[in-house]
Amino acid sequence: MLTRFRLMFRSTAVRLSGLYILLFAICAAFLVFYVTAMSERILAQQTRDNLVQEVSDIQRAFDRGGLNGMLRIMERRARQPGANLYVVAGPNGEIVAGNVASLQPGVLDEQGWTRFPFSYRPFSEAGSGREHMAIANVVVMDNGLRVMIGRDLGEPGRFRGIVRRALMVALTIMGIGALFIWFGIGRNALKRIDRMSGASQKIMAGDLSQRLPVGRSGDEFDRLSESLNAMLGRIERLNEGLRQVSDNIAHDLKTPLTRLRNKAADALNEDDAAHRRVALEGIIAESDQLIRTFNALLMISRVEAGSIVAEMSDIDLSAISADSCELYEPAAEEAGLTLETAIEPGLKIRGNRELIGQAMFNLLDNAIKYSAGSKGEPTLRVVLSADAESVRLSVCDNGPGVPPDKRGEVVKRFVRLDASRSKPGTGLGLSLVEAVMELHGGALVLAATHPEDAEAPGLTATMVFPVRRP
Amino acid sequence: METSTRPDLSESDGAKRPADAMVSHMKILVIEDDLEAAAYMTKAFREAGIVADHASDGDSGLFMGTENSYDVMVIDRMLPRRDGLSVISELRKRGVNTPVLILSALGQVDDRVTGLRAGGDDYLPKPYAFSELLARVEVLGRRKGAPEQDMGYRVGDLELDRLSHEVRRAGKEIPLQPREFRLLEYLMKNAGQVVTRTMLLEHVWDYHFDPQTNVIDVHVSRLRSKIERDFDKPLLKTIRGAGYMIKDEA
Repeated sequence: MLTRFRLMFRSTAVRLSGLYILLFAICAAFLVFYVTAMSERILAQQTRDNLVQEVSDIQRAFDRGGLNGMLRIMERRARQPGANLYVVAGPNGEIVAGNVASLQPGVLDEQGWTRFPFSYRPFSEAGSGREHMAIANVVVMDNGLRVMIGRDLGEPGRFRGIVRRALMVALTIMGIGALFIWFGIGRNALKRIDRMSGASQKIMAGDLSQRLPVGRSGDEFDRLSESLNAMLGRIERLNEGLRQVSDNIAHDLKTPLTRLRNKAADALNEDDAAHRRVALEGIIAESDQLIRTFNALLMISRVEAGSIVAEMSDIDLSAISADSCELYEPAAEEAGLTLETAIEPGLKIRGNRELIGQAMFNLLDNAIKYSAGSKGEPTLRVVLSADAESVRLSVCDNGPGVPPDKRGEVVKRFVRLDASRSKPGTGLGLSLVEAVMELHGGALVLAATHPEDAEAPGLTATMVFPVRRP
Repeated sequence: METSTRPDLSESDGAKRPADAMVSHMKILVIEDDLEAAAYMTKAFREAGIVADHASDGDSGLFMGTENSYDVMVIDRMLPRRDGLSVISELRKRGVNTPVLILSALGQVDDRVTGLRAGGDDYLPKPYAFSELLARVEVLGRRKGAPEQDMGYRVGDLELDRLSHEVRRAGKEIPLQPREFRLLEYLMKNAGQVVTRTMLLEHVWDYHFDPQTNVIDVHVSRLRSKIERDFDKPLLKTIRGAGYMIKDEA
């Protein structure tokens, strides 16, 4: 329980609440003191006004009826409930008449308002030791008599006490209520965070399929959980992809490595120098192929990591297309294929010339490799065109094509269709093209060149570049 | 080891290395911190007739490169004490203009540009085939001794005129496509030396990667048929496992 409590006080919600309570209390205290001070001032003013009125009444009674008239009025007034204090004293300060038994000495010495509240003992309580506080106005008559009219301060003091008590009670209730509410919120938040950290610990332990709990209220916590869950989903997918890739890599590298090992063993057993030389050359060729595979893999991951964005420049896609066709034309001819081109001149895009060149080479490589000797028309077509939305560079062949359901597969690393396994290649060509297109914000679209032809539908691989907005 | 690094000799040629005469006294410096790779490299270079010194960190490499005179330096980018690019720029600052080939395992495609900007002359990403490294080092080493010819090149009875863009063999003009001309020009500029397919793609087509397929070979064989078809003596040789070489076998 104590640890829970300590934990709670470590939580942001509770700390903030504490701060708010403190601020609120300070404001409330200020308010209370301000209100009581103001009401006290107003009450005091009223008392003074009342006393001034009384003094002038008494003065008038004296003028009209002499000492007797004045005393009569004073006596009558003194009997009323909650009456003022009335004192008539001789020139030496001895009390002659009034409703006060004794006064603090010196009160009657000066004419006018008493400078400070003074103590007195009312007549009714002459025997007790209790003293009351009062303020008064003293008038010195022509005959030397002193008349004092005053007001007990017990009343304003009591009022002040009532106001303060009421405010204090209200404040305490508010404070306790706030504490309870904040306690509830803090505890609730704490519980939900506990649940979240529980789930994330499971995830850290390796169970990427775990998800954070999402409530129904759609509040900040739920939104946080939802975004974290989306992130986890992406991580899980990436992780799955990575696992698959490394599985494939392990599998696809094992084969050539085994071949390499066998060749080395053969070379070791070869006695004839010429034969051994041939075997060793085979080993080198095999190693070179492995190096190529590694280079291609590295290239793809560099492109996918997007580390080449800084290298983008304005490039002439028409020139790249024409160059690659020129480069591949003899190879196509050697394979018995005619290379036709329809290249719109002067099309520029923002991109990396090396990467697009290599992507284009890969597509042409594939087209030549797979359509050589196929039943279709021995023609390759390279088409570069543009419209308002995109610049499209297509390599169309009349080979066996890729079945629609396999088109998503063949762009993955090391994926090769069964029919193509006999042909040379790393299974990485289209993966690189796809990665390059993704880097350029475009896409690689695979389609059939002649969808109606079941024998040789052909493959049209199109690099779709988005048109740059000015 | 020689066969594995330079599997370039057909049986009929005998054991004599065709490029020996050109590179017999080449002396190079290898700055590489991976001792195993460096030992393999220096041994392979020695077997190819190249004297290779080795430095294992940037500071000692810089010292050796400044104190001794080399024909080529092979510098790894990632070095302890002082990185490869800083070694190159410091060498250039001290007036050492020895051609430098940069080896790099860094995963950035713009490495080549950065490396060449720092003063390197050629760039080879790891992993590489040793035949590729050897061919490039030989070309760099010769570049130092022989300045570029303005007028043209001559190999045996084959002449290439850089001004008129004409190619003649035994006085007879051979018509070539512009790209074939550039291909031949690069081969003849490096006559007697192995030129790899990657080097051809770099210098003739200006793309910097491993072509992986036979596209370059088809271009070369077309060129070969044009310059050799009507003549007895072959000039353009295929060096198996490495590349091509144009040479007059006198």
